[in-house]
Amino acid sequence: MSGTIDIQIMQLVFAYIFVLVLLFIVKQKEIGHKGEILLASVRMTIQLIAVGFILEYVFSNQSPIYSILILLIMETFAIYNIFGRVEGRISKKLKLIIAGSMFLGTSISILFFVIAVVGLDPWFRADYFIPLSGMLIGNSMTGISLGVNYLINGIRDNKNLVENYLMLGAEPETAVKEISNRAFYNAVLPTINSMMGMGIVFLPGMMTGQIIAGASPIIAIKYQIAIMMGILGSVTLTVFFMVNKGAKTFFNSRKQLNL
Amino acid sequence: MFKLEKIKFKNILNIEEILLEENRVTAILGSSGGGKTTFLKLLNNMITADQGTITYQGKDIESYDPVSLRREIVMLPQDPQIFKGTIKDNFTKTEAITDNENSRNLNYNELLQKVSLTQDLNDAADNLSGGEKQRLALARVMLLEPKVLLLDEPSSSLDKKTEEKIIKRVVDYVRKNNRTLIMVTHSSKIAEKFADKIINIENGKIIK
Repeated sequence: MSGTIDIQIMQLVFAYIFVLVLLFIVKQKEIGHKGEILLASVRMTIQLIAVGFILEYVFSNQSPIYSILILLIMETFAIYNIFGRVEGRISKKLKLIIAGSMFLGTSISILFFVIAVVGLDPWFRADYFIPLSGMLIGNSMTGISLGVNYLINGIRDNKNLVENYLMLGAEPETAVKEISNRAFYNAVLPTINSMMGMGIVFLPGMMTGQIIAGASPIIAIKYQIAIMMGILGSVTLTVFFMVNKGAKTFFNSRKQLNL
Repeated sequence: MFKLEKIKFKNILNIEEILLEENRVTAILGSSGGGKTTFLKLLNNMITADQGTITYQGKDIESYDPVSLRREIVMLPQDPQIFKGTIKDNFTKTEAITDNENSRNLNYNELLQKVSLTQDLNDAADNLSGGEKQRLALARVMLLEPKVLLLDEPSSSLDKKTEEKIIKRVVDYVRKNNRTLIMVTHSSKIAEKFADKIINIENGKIIK
């Protein structure tokens, strides 16, 4: 048992049968959204082929510039993705805080992870740096999306309560403390839940990938444990920065609620 | 104590000039949606007027730290929100969120008596009726011993008999302790009976 079984192009084409099955069901049941399914399949194919070629190039031409450039592209896409997932309008100030929190939180976590935990040498080794960064950024993106939505809805739905706090003479931070704490918890909860089920309910993607690529399961679990800790740290830091600074954007300089 | 000059707030309030005196009871009457709540919110800087000036103790209200100001001028909204937990939790939390140390010597049970609540301090606040919650919220404000009490329809959920009893106790407390009370009320009878000054606000304007 050694090496990875390569998938031939014709075999890969067979995989698209699953898309046809979905299209058939959607048509039969008149569910609609055929165009969306086709678009998603085509987009995924093109995006992955493009990424495949880019990574092939970057891996064989290792350079800190390439690694950082790809990191920045991933950060930018993640930040715009968060903006798209927010329900309703968000202020420019909150957008800046989301972007800043994502960038700061993930950067600290990625650097710590690749240098201290994995011990990458050189630190920018693209075949490790890029996928590991991607996992941290992707999970932080989900965390912040959940956190920011909870924060916005929490303050809007509890406007009277927040105002009541202010009327009694509470600081704005105190007035939204419970909502901020819930937002933080809701944002890190999916990561905690996924840690709970890991290894029993499902085999995580990174570990599966490594095993298929020929790594020993013991090495694979070491990486999986490490990446889960990295994800937890990255989600925690990004959401913590966002909730702490973001909650303040709902108040003006006179500490009045500004919705 | 308060002086409002040429105040405009959106198209809700438009006031030429008005003076609110210290250690007095002022009642504000008027139809609903006329701008009474907005008037109260301007006084503790929960909102800022688009035009005009409001002075408090001779100084522009905007020059005060807003939180310190709100600790001196405490407002009870028309639909007060009760904190989760027991009645006692509502008092201790109020003290905690406002860093209030003055209330340490106050007896919570006496406060409950002042607002005619017979419940135990350890009873769940959630089980109180609408009127009882309103009275607990009033007790919370009195706990803070503010210089100025801004009460927005403090007795709207109470029956006539309890309403008069509660307002009388609040007014007595205010007069005995040299406080200032500015209260929005729907009842002209209450206003006439207890207030030193009555202001009528209709369609955002003060009616003389």
